[in-house]
Amino acid sequence: MVLEYHIDGGDFVNAGKASSAVKRVLKQLDVPAKRIKRVVIALYETEVNVVAHASNGEIEAVIEPERITLTVKDSGPGIPDIERAMLEGFTTASKEVREMGFGAGMGLANIKRNSDDLHIESIPGKGTIVRFTNDLRD
Amino acid sequence: MQIGNIAELLKAKILTPELYLQRDVDYAFTSDLMSDVLTGDYDKTLLITGLSNLQAIRTAEMSDIREVIIGRNKKVSREMIELARDNDIILLQSSYSLYKISGILYESGVKAVY
Repeated sequence: MVLEYHIDGGDFVNAGKASSAVKRVLKQLDVPAKRIKRVVIALYETEVNVVAHASNGEIEAVIEPERITLTVKDSGPGIPDIERAMLEGFTTASKEVREMGFGAGMGLANIKRNSDDLHIESIPGKGTIVRFTNDLRD
Repeated sequence: MQIGNIAELLKAKILTPELYLQRDVDYAFTSDLMSDVLTGDYDKTLLITGLSNLQAIRTAEMSDIREVIIGRNKKVSREMIELARDNDIILLQSSYSLYKISGILYESGVKAVY
């Protein structure tokens, strides 16, 4: 099963809608609650990052019986130093993003914590691709 | 403690009265930083926050938190109430500060997550 969602940059009203939709599908597929939580936390943090930093983005969720692979591509500023961005506390978020309850430099570390296999590719000035895979069964 | 009793104790307004108010709450977590909320594991946990926006409800949804109280008398939007209802999240609103809410609940036996 392949699901696709669009994300508009700056649209904090709809941030999280895709994660919510994926959560509903995984529930219907009887995926254990703890596994669902890891997937949706990682996806929600990624969605918030796209809304916070990029002009727009696309999410592709490929759901197989045993695993899910999420690919999130954005047209954003890119991440010049991914290793540094992964450090907790490092942030380039705006005041507006902080007022929404995010932007403390914890997102990427939390995505890593909640994914089984995370890959980030980024070209400064062009955008970022975040891809992660999680097991769906115990 | 049942969420309905918590609402009484905090003189809180119940914004989703149609949901089941006998649900038990054993723990509470207080934060305005949703990134912090998203790092935790929760079971029968109430989120106490002064951040009154859709992302507070989304964060509860993703974190499997089913009870949220907005403190400091912050205004709660209709969209927040609808989102909470859609996700079976009981939403309360209190005029008390987060410190006062936390203190009253702690004294009443609601435990800290850590």
